[in-house]
Amino acid sequence: MSRATLLNAALFLMLPVTALAALVLDEPFIITLATKVAILALAGVGLNIALGLGGLVSLGHAAFFGIGGYAMGILAHHAQTFTPLMEAPFLLEGTKSMPVIWVVAVIAGALAALAIGALSLRTSGVYFIMITLAFGQMLYYFAISWPAYGGEDGLSIYVRNGFPGLNTLDPIQFFVLCFVILALVLFCAGRLAAAPFGLALSAARQNAERVETVGLSPYRLRLLAFVISGAVTALAGALFADLNRFVSPTMLSWHMSGEIMIFVILGGVGRLFGPVAGAALFILLEHVLGGLSDFWHVYLGLLLLLVVLFARGGMIGLAAGREVAHD
Amino acid sequence: MSTLLLIEQVLNGLQFGVMLFLMAAGLTLIFGVMGLINLAHGSLYMIGAFAAAAVAGATGSFVLALIASLAAAAAAGAIIELVVIRRLYDRDHLDQVLATFALILIFSEGTRWVFGSFPLFLDIPDALAGPVMLPGGIQYPAYRLLIIAIGLLVAFGLFQLIARTRIGIQIRAGESDREMIAALGVDISKLYTLVFALGAALAGLAGALVGAIQSVQVGMGEPVLILAFVVIVIGGIGSIKGALVGALLVGLTDTLGGVLLPGFFGTFMEASAATAVGSSLASMSIYILMAGVLLFKPTGLYGSA
Repeated sequence: MSRATLLNAALFLMLPVTALAALVLDEPFIITLATKVAILALAGVGLNIALGLGGLVSLGHAAFFGIGGYAMGILAHHAQTFTPLMEAPFLLEGTKSMPVIWVVAVIAGALAALAIGALSLRTSGVYFIMITLAFGQMLYYFAISWPAYGGEDGLSIYVRNGFPGLNTLDPIQFFVLCFVILALVLFCAGRLAAAPFGLALSAARQNAERVETVGLSPYRLRLLAFVISGAVTALAGALFADLNRFVSPTMLSWHMSGEIMIFVILGGVGRLFGPVAGAALFILLEHVLGGLSDFWHVYLGLLLLLVVLFARGGMIGLAAGREVAHD
Repeated sequence: MSTLLLIEQVLNGLQFGVMLFLMAAGLTLIFGVMGLINLAHGSLYMIGAFAAAAVAGATGSFVLALIASLAAAAAAGAIIELVVIRRLYDRDHLDQVLATFALILIFSEGTRWVFGSFPLFLDIPDALAGPVMLPGGIQYPAYRLLIIAIGLLVAFGLFQLIARTRIGIQIRAGESDREMIAALGVDISKLYTLVFALGAALAGLAGALVGAIQSVQVGMGEPVLILAFVVIVIGGIGSIKGALVGALLVGLTDTLGGVLLPGFFGTFMEASAATAVGSSLASMSIYILMAGVLLFKPTGLYGSA
């Protein structure tokens, strides 16, 4: 096994080990932190499909993260207030069931990614970055100005949504749920990268003309990647909102997009387990540095700057001693 | 809606537009000449505003405050260009986005560290505090008129600089072929620092001017930065003319949308629903404008390829 593989296995196992240790030591807060890492890593894995495989620098992924969050918030809000989502043309009730919420979140994220991607992917490079950022911001302002679901204040959910057979209010059970989802999505993302679609997508990143010459459409490949990426990020958003039992426009803000991107970059772009390492490091920093100083973002900024300028393969790249293609 | 109110809102839109132009002009120059996407441009706007507020607080002079905003933002721009940005020119856009995002974190938290979390206030000078009577009986704040005048003056100056001076020739040459002008003996790295500082100074000036209308606080640059991106996408990257047209379009759309849309929906909906739908749509109007431009011209109104 290569160093990278060993490292990936160690990283991946670090999460459940931490959570179990916290369970033994009776530190539920640490379990919640591990859950947060798993969820944020999931969002990073989602972005990495577009960013790492497709080379699409999207600075608007908070849009999908927030859409997932609001899918959970709106459904659960209607369920807890016993008001139907709509009455005509047919009756639609809210729900407190996680699987239903996830399906809705994934579909909503995919549809939003389809709309945003179809427009944004007409352009490339710097235009693409600015446009995804702008569309993300559009949804942010929309959420703030739309009074029906809390506007700027957001929506609170009294009780975490349920999953059949589990008590989701128990931190360790919710952690296991999130971790299993992360593992499944990582597995699928790994298969996707090796599948013909993933190979074609990587090829389109490296040389779009050649891909076109062999009869594939880079636009369609990228759009599909963007849609999958948005759907995964939306799923992470739904889980994140459930973790906090709260959703607000902050989830849609461009700082969130930047943070999701930081998870990917700190870990290493285009590496399957990069977002896991990145999210873990981010949360660790937040709690270590955040405890030392109120202004920990200064240190985060300096660290990020150093990683970008001097450690181009990210953390895993440094530790594994080899850079992946980064273009 | 009365004509007077409409004209007043058009002036507000113009004022907003020229402010956006000051931001967008720097961004688009920096992108055009160096090929760099600079997210930290909003931080330079904030630095300008804070410098102006600090100097105005110490000396009481608004003119000194404006000079301080230009100087502080230009100095900050030159420093980050020399220390960080310079290493990013031959990197891909992803690295540029991340490094400049890191700069935002550093600048925002650093400013909070130095000045605290509470907003500062920058007062409009007494001579400009009142309204001015415009022909047609319109009363309009003198200070906002001044902003429009300064913005248009800067736009004119910038066009002259680019079109008529030696530095302007070098900037345009840098946009079309970097290697060639380096080969012709122009000190390209000095030119880059100069362009970056110029863009930064414009952003700082915008921050100081707007800071007197709104409050001066950490994070004030970011909404403006994103609007400036929308302006550039609409106008076409690298085009100063596009930045001006785009900025005025966005300024007018945003201001008029907020005023007119709720009224428009009020004509066929009940009042509360009309306000909700209208204000939500108004908050999205400039992005819809951007999407519309993209559908027909993916490279923006004045963009090339």
